[in-house]
Parts: sequence; C-alpha cells; structure tokens
Amino acid sequence: MNWTWFHRLGSPPTFFRFAEKLAPWLAALALLLIGLAGYAGLFLAPPDYQQGDAFRIIYVHVPTAAISLSIYVLMAVAGAVALIWRMKLAEIAVVSAAPIGASFTAVALITGMLWGKPMWGAYWVWDARLTSELVLFFLYIGVIALNSAFNDPRAAARACAWLALVGVVNVPIVKYSVEWWNSLHQGSTLLSVQAIQKPKMSFDMLWPLLMSLAGFYLLFGAALLRRMQNLLLERERRARWVQDWLGEQN
Amino acid sequence: MSLVRALGSTVGRELRLAARAPAEAAQPLLFYLLVVALFPLGVAPNEPSLPVYAPALVWIAALLASLMTLERVFRNDYEDGTLEQLALAPLPLPLTVAAKLAAHWLLGGLPLVLAAPLLASGLGLDAATGRALTLALLLGTPTLVLLGGFAAALTVGLPRAGVLLPILVLPMLSPVLIFGAGAARAAAQGLDPAAPLYFLAALLALSLTLVPFAAAAALRNALEA
Amino acid sequence: MNAAPLVLESLAVARGDRLLFERLQLRVAPGEVLHLQGRNGAGKTSLLEVLAGLRTPEAGRVDGPAPGQLHWLGHKNALHPALSAVENLRYWCGLQAADPAGIGAALDRLQLKAARNRPVRTLSTGQKRRTALARLLLQRRAWWLLDEPLAGLDVDGAALVAGLLAEHCAAGGGAIVTSHQALPEDGLPVRHWRLQ
Repeated sequence: MNWTWFHRLGSPPTFFRFAEKLAPWLAALALLLIGLAGYAGLFLAPPDYQQGDAFRIIYVHVPTAAISLSIYVLMAVAGAVALIWRMKLAEIAVVSAAPIGASFTAVALITGMLWGKPMWGAYWVWDARLTSELVLFFLYIGVIALNSAFNDPRAAARACAWLALVGVVNVPIVKYSVEWWNSLHQGSTLLSVQAIQKPKMSFDMLWPLLMSLAGFYLLFGAALLRRMQNLLLERERRARWVQDWLGEQN
Repeated sequence: MSLVRALGSTVGRELRLAARAPAEAAQPLLFYLLVVALFPLGVAPNEPSLPVYAPALVWIAALLASLMTLERVFRNDYEDGTLEQLALAPLPLPLTVAAKLAAHWLLGGLPLVLAAPLLASGLGLDAATGRALTLALLLGTPTLVLLGGFAAALTVGLPRAGVLLPILVLPMLSPVLIFGAGAARAAAQGLDPAAPLYFLAALLALSLTLVPFAAAAALRNALEA
Repeated sequence: MNAAPLVLESLAVARGDRLLFERLQLRVAPGEVLHLQGRNGAGKTSLLEVLAGLRTPEAGRVDGPAPGQLHWLGHKNALHPALSAVENLRYWCGLQAADPAGIGAALDRLQLKAARNRPVRTLSTGQKRRTALARLLLQRRAWWLLDEPLAGLDVDGAALVAGLLAEHCAAGGGAIVTSHQALPEDGLPVRHWRLQ
C-alpha cells in the first residue's frame, strides 16, 4: 500500500490547493442535486396515501437527520487520526465539522417539528428519534463550546477530539436508551438493506429522496472543505505558503 | 505493591483533604436534600402525583449535586502543580485518575445513595420503588462521577469551567437518567426493575474501563496547553 | 550513579501553533549543571517540559532520562495549601515509591524546622520553595530539571540550592536549570547556554 498520497494531502498547502479546486464543484453539484430533488419531491412524487402532502418534508428531514449522525462519526474518526498521528489537518477537520454537524442537526430538528405539527398535532413530541436528535444537537454544542473556551487552538482541537471520541461511544447508547424509554415514531423508512430490496416507499417517492441525500452529502463536503480552508489560513497565518497564496490573490 | 501504596495514598489524601474542610465536603449532600425538599413546595400540598415525579426529581438532584464539586476534582492539582508530579509518577495516570474519582464518589456520591431511602419515603414512594431507586443510584452515581470527571479533565485549565462542564456532560448522562429513573418507574408499576438496573451496571462497566484513559489523556493535553 | 548523557537532536518545540525553536542540538553530560538562559518567551520552560516528558516535541529526538530517573521541579511547587509540608512530602513518597523516613532529614537540610507541620498556605514563598526542593533529597535520581529553583529564596536559600547541586554533580548526576538569578558559581560546574 502506497501512503504517499495520504501524507501529501496531510500537508496544509497541498490540501488547501486541493480543496480550493474541489469545493466549488462539490457545491455546484450539491445545489443541482438538491434543486432537482426538491423539484421532484414537491411536484413529481405522488402524495402519500396517509400523510398527503405533509410527507414531502422528508426530502429535507431524512437526509439532514442521517447526515447529522454521520458527521459525528466522521468527527470522531478525524479526532482519532488527530490524536494518534498528531496530524494538524485532522485537528482542523474535527473543529470544522462540529458547527456544520450542529447546523444539520438543527435543520433535522426543525423539519421534524414542522412535520410533527400535522402528524401528531404538536410541534414537539417526546418521540424517540427526535429526542436522540436533540441529545446529538447538545453533543455538538458541547464540542463547539469546548473548542471556543481554549486559547491554544491545538489543545482545543485535541480536547475536542477526545470529547468526540467519548461522544461517539455515547451516541448509540443514547439512541438505544431513548428508544427503550419510548417508541412512537414510525420505523426507519430508508436505511436498511431490506428496505432497499423491498422498499416500503414507492420508487416515485424514493428516488428524489436518494438524490437529495446525495446532494446534502456533497453540500456537507463543500462546507467542510471551506471551513477547513478558513481555519487553515488562520492557524498557519505565520507560514510562508499562506503569505504566498495571499500574494497570488491580490 | 508500590502500586497499591500509591493508590492508597491518593485515596487517603483526598479523604484527608475532605476531613480538613468537612463543611465543604457536605455541600453536595446538602444541595441534593434542599432541591428535593423544595420541589413539593412548588406543587399543591399532598399532591397525589408527587410519587410519579419523585424518581426523576431525585435523579436530577443527584445529577446536579454530583456535578457541583466535580469541577474542582483536578483543578487544585492543576493550579498548584501537583498534576505535573502525578503525570510523571510511576503510577499510570489513568489509575491515579480512577483513584481520585473513586475517592470523589465515596465523598460526594455515596452519601446521595444513602440518603435516597429517606427521600423516597418522604416523597411517598413505596418500599419496592424506594429500593429500586436506591439501587439505581448506587449503580448510576459512579458513572456520573466518571463522566463528570472526564469533562472536568477536559476543562481543567479553562476559566469558567463551571458553566462548561454541565454543558459537556449532561447530554452524555441522559442514558443514566433514563435507566436510573426508569428502574424506579418500573418498580412503581409493579414490574421487575432488573433490566434497567443491568443497563446501569453495563454503563458503569463501560465507563469504568474507558473513561480513566480518556480523562488521563485530557489531563496531559491540559498540561501541554 | 552512572547517568547516561542527555542528548537532543534537531529538536523543534511549539506552544500551540507558535514554533518556539527548531533544529536544536544539545548534549549535557552528567556531572555538570546546564544553566539554561534566554529572553522571556524563548521557550526555556517548554524545553524543560519536553525533557521531563510533559510535552511532546514537534520534531526531533530526545535521548533523555525515563520519568523515574529525573526530578521535575516546575515553577509551581506542587504543594496542597491545606496540607503541611510533611503531609505533602509523605503523599509524594507514597506516589513515587520513595521511603518517607527521609522526610525529616530532607527538611532539616533545607532548614525548615518549625514550619514543617503548619499548613502550606501559611508558609512564606521561600519556605514553600524549600519544601518543594526537599523532594530532590527524598529519592536519588540522575537528572534534575529545575525551573527557576531560586524563585522566592533568600541568599541563604540560593546558597543551599547551589550546595545541593554541587553534591549532586559530584555524585555523578546532572542538572538543567533555568534561572533569572545568577547561580552561585564557586565549586559548581556550571555551563551557560543560551536558547535563541
């Protein structure tokens, strides 16, 4: 296995230039997919036989909820890399992912509440999955708050990495305990092998959802790259390559 | 042998320090009793649904009381330089952390457990529910102290750690609250509280094996800040 | 005491994102006291912390003593204010597997008599520093890493520290010391070295 690409990408200037090229493409593709999925979800997909048009919010709710969880896992993996190899880029990834994760979680919570109003008759119901999403939101807030409490960005990132690692062990426990506590939500519509083989949703409803999921993932990728670029510029401001790059911009 | 001696002197020092300032050591228990005693004043006298809320109330009070003093568990050592000596001692730092947290639980957690039967009868819980609640606290408070200790280690060098600590640790403690209060609720409904108690025991085993290492690493990180 | 020399090779040390120094080469042989000098913020304390193993260097190699072969005296005294000098040292002995029987003699040597059983919070700055220095005598260790050991000490105290260092070097130990005050040099094999 040749790992030189890993080390080369781990060097801040190389990563910065790579991200500079990649991010606009990711963002454009993300907006295209989300736009198409939005159109298809609102106009092409048939209304649900029980929920009518209210179900259409899943084209935002389900992708953001799914991604909010994977961002936390990604943050923990980046944290492990940062702690084991003392890799600056991974430290930056941890710190950059947290606010994006919190935003996705917030969107999932808000759309969940909007969906809840017609379905359950109240904006907030102590349903298992909404509740664990809420706890996830607080876990993200914890990482953000911890990061901002330090003066030393390096120690901050390493502390956040430990918090994310302990948190990622905690997330399934929270999810499980909350389910034990109460279950009222409908089963997962999408994310299981069986569901893809024998979909509970009709294909007309499903394909815009998959498209929007891909679009939101790309949007996350673009946002992460941009945040990481900004943080890199700030943390490496004394380095030669930042001065060179700023010179090129003017 | 020297390992046992080092662990013993660490626990002994914490207990000795508590004995020097007994009023301070009694604060969490007092806080816990006061919170529980004030709650009934907020509802109607002899409110019949008080026993329904009692487990949650006792747990929330225990949660806040055990976090109250945790901020200080490593702070003194950090500020006076003892933490540097601990980090360089032959006793592995995770064991030192575990010993300190064990002492902390003996002083700040165990009294809450021992007071629970009293509070349970005061809040109108029947004997079986009170027993389940006490057992749940016995299994759950060490996890509170461990996770709280981890958060204390993360924030040890920071100003205003007192506000940050609950923000970090309370979301992580939601499973303990769920199973802890759930055990009492199950008993109140005449069900067997064994399942949530086993979950609490599992959480304790998990945090006992993982948290000291994470907390020790967080302390080393604080020394490098 | 046969201590190996302490060797640093192309060491780079950072605090946060600020690089303090890089490509540092240094060799300290046992039997000498290296007086580490440099302006404020040059990284003297950080370098000592790296040598002690409290801080990870960015790059380079440290061929230094294991934690059990070095004494670390930071600028903080590592004394709990509510415990007495004797209690603090006894705890340290328990932790480090040292014999607490030597505590009395060590405190005698540092001329801490009546103050030894008072809570540390009531001691003067110099008395606290003397208590912390007493640890050097509780267990024989090849390398002493001392960060501003003379801070708060009077003239007698400084002479006492010089005496301890001289004995330590004569016995084949080595020391690296940061100090803004000059170290008393008579009979002490001091080498001055400036951190740029």
